[in-house]
Amino acid sequence: MVEKQDILLVGVGGQGIILASDILGEVALQMGLDVKKTDTLGMAQRGGSVTSHLRIGEKVWAPLISLAEADIIIAFEKLEAARWAHFIKPEGMVIINDLAIPPLSISLGTHQYPGDEEILNVYKQRTDRIHLIPGSRHADSIGDIRTLNIFMLGLLSAALPFRIDNQLWEKSIAAFIPKKIADLNMRAFNAGREVAESVNI
Amino acid sequence: MGNIKKLLSGNEAIALGAYHSGIAVATAYPGTPSTEILENLSQFKDIYAEWSTNEKVAMEVGLGASYAGVRTLVSMKHVGLNVASDPFLAAATTGIHGGLVVVSADDPGIHSSQGEQDNRYYAKLARVPIVEPADSQEAYEFIGIAFTLSEQYDTPVLFRVTTRVAHSKSVVELDDALIRPHHKKSFYHNVEKYVMLPTHARNRVPHMHRRMAELIEYAETTPLNQIIDGRSKLGVISSGVSYQYAREVFPEAHFLKLGMDYPLPPKMLHSFAARVDKVFIVEELDPFLEEAIKELGIQVEGKKFISRVGELNKTIVRHAAEKAGLITVPNQPSDIGAIHNLPGRPPLLCPGCPHSGAFFVLSTMGQRAKILDASGKSQGESKLIITGDIGCYTLATYPPLRAMDTTACMGASIGQAIGLEKAGVSSKVVAVIGDSTFMHSGITGVIDAIYNAAKIAIVILDNGTTAMTGHQDHPGSGISAQGVVTKAVDIEQLVRGAGVNDVKVVNAFDIKSIRAALKSALDSEEVSIVIVRGKCAVRNKARQNSRRVDIQKCNDCEVCLRIGCPAIYKEEGKIIINALTCMGDQCGICEQLCPKQAIGIFRDSK
Repeated sequence: MVEKQDILLVGVGGQGIILASDILGEVALQMGLDVKKTDTLGMAQRGGSVTSHLRIGEKVWAPLISLAEADIIIAFEKLEAARWAHFIKPEGMVIINDLAIPPLSISLGTHQYPGDEEILNVYKQRTDRIHLIPGSRHADSIGDIRTLNIFMLGLLSAALPFRIDNQLWEKSIAAFIPKKIADLNMRAFNAGREVAESVNI
Repeated sequence: MGNIKKLLSGNEAIALGAYHSGIAVATAYPGTPSTEILENLSQFKDIYAEWSTNEKVAMEVGLGASYAGVRTLVSMKHVGLNVASDPFLAAATTGIHGGLVVVSADDPGIHSSQGEQDNRYYAKLARVPIVEPADSQEAYEFIGIAFTLSEQYDTPVLFRVTTRVAHSKSVVELDDALIRPHHKKSFYHNVEKYVMLPTHARNRVPHMHRRMAELIEYAETTPLNQIIDGRSKLGVISSGVSYQYAREVFPEAHFLKLGMDYPLPPKMLHSFAARVDKVFIVEELDPFLEEAIKELGIQVEGKKFISRVGELNKTIVRHAAEKAGLITVPNQPSDIGAIHNLPGRPPLLCPGCPHSGAFFVLSTMGQRAKILDASGKSQGESKLIITGDIGCYTLATYPPLRAMDTTACMGASIGQAIGLEKAGVSSKVVAVIGDSTFMHSGITGVIDAIYNAAKIAIVILDNGTTAMTGHQDHPGSGISAQGVVTKAVDIEQLVRGAGVNDVKVVNAFDIKSIRAALKSALDSEEVSIVIVRGKCAVRNKARQNSRRVDIQKCNDCEVCLRIGCPAIYKEEGKIIINALTCMGDQCGICEQLCPKQAIGIFRDSK
């Protein structure tokens, strides 16, 4: 019996969040689990706030994760991490990519981008399991910033309470990623996993 | 070995289910959250699938195909059914030949629409049954049942989904046993059924009522409606995605899950109510089920505790259940202290958007920066009244452009402009409409303007695609839904043919030409049209020479910030252009507008 997992992926349009949750959904499906996944994009446009709700378990009813019930939040951007913090359950796991993408209102001077401590403190009200990881820098050093989403999946794979066979990840990633960049992305995935292990995620 | 399992969205499941049900024809006009149904169906080359000009035409093409004896799927968003309501009600009157299923994708919570409406009432108005799935598996299976129902009872079927079912992915087990071959086409001359002269229509109306009586019998035994036994004395009635939330909130209750929202099964409802102490109804939007069930004399509660507004979720249903005294919730985690005044990411026109230049010109001509008072409302008439329409370009409503006074529904900009002018406003009136929306329902407005000699200007923003819904082709692009090169309808010739003499076509990235054309159009005493043409930035792969700011020349006038281009921003008092997102040579609007020539390529400097 696999424990139910509610995983919330958040970030900014263009970071590959939907693809990452599609891959994880496929992995869960291949494990024979029930899966529900819903993406909220708002109006179609570049650079908007993106969330993907992924629920896996023996039986899942609602497609949306409820407030204060997310087992894991994986944030591709810091402001978005702050925006969706109220979804984390007490003692839930939070993984945040150390990247700021300031919206236009910051440069127009009407708003301020929150500081790291401020963001982490919001989560600390519910959990101590918070990891701020320079994912974009890792992805860049792997050779392509666009592998960030697969790097984050690597981190996430270590955060799950059950171990998933590496071959299954590989197969599912290959199903969604063009062949010529599959190797690059597997490197990103493994790098994510190694980083996760080094910080005890 | 079992059947294949796939993770499919509701829309993908509807498309696959319809294909497996043996449909031969599919029609639609793009609209969130329904678009992916036809996008998926258009991949199957052994059926015919089309983007229709609008939903009314989609319904008419679908009705014709049904008369030819083949199974047909017509899909649209909730407000699309407003447009298609005339042929939809006509189809309900004549009945069908090949099964006709009409998908209405409602948008509770208004994720991407101009309004919220509960389209279940259309079925009551048209006297046709509603089938509503609660997840992708049901979407896949229920489509086939809907086609059988349609043929068995000589009726179109309203297949209702909501955003959360249409766009959520869940597991679908495909079933080869559901696969049906196409029907053979067969059209019969039958004027009493197909020609709705009053004498014929009068005979069809009693048929519709008989049909409803028979459908009530069907509802009692259909597998679409299910009773799930529980352990408590509470009975919950629900359908669609609301059922999923209810299952989590009431794990012990008895459930009557309705896959057929209309007509309802009276005997089943009475016997269900008799088995429990109390019946609670969980439904999104209006009390459609609740009204009908109360009418049967069954005591129920629901909307007294659940809002009619917006989308439901588990938290909302749980709070309602608590208020109704049905459950006690164990201690919830206290609310998290959030960061105050967190900056949002409001939708913006893209860098290099071909609409930006035209809106900048309209904004400056209308002195839009000055029209608002502190409360955000103007105290007088706009200097230039701009009626707007539905598409990405509606985003020009927001600051800094503020270049829109109205937006109501598809194609309304032109009619509204005529109305404002005829009512005698003192300002000039200009209607702004996109190319796909113009094809959808702008043309009739132009004809009205010509016929009634309206002194208005019309700007048609022609980016060659239906951008907002994800770049579907349309009559102006000349490529069909299935990728066949057909014939592009020429907007310029079309409006000239309607009698517009003053038509100008300008490059969307040439500010001087746009300004000259708009000025001349606004000065004109007759209907004048400016077609602003430029490729949608999202589809434009060519990108070179992103622009830079020469800080020596820049005097910080902020004119460039008034374009509303997300690539241009200010950091620590300096204007910066994001080299990664700037479309460079493909756009160049900021360079044209900079009064100090401080924006350019500047290869050598930094």
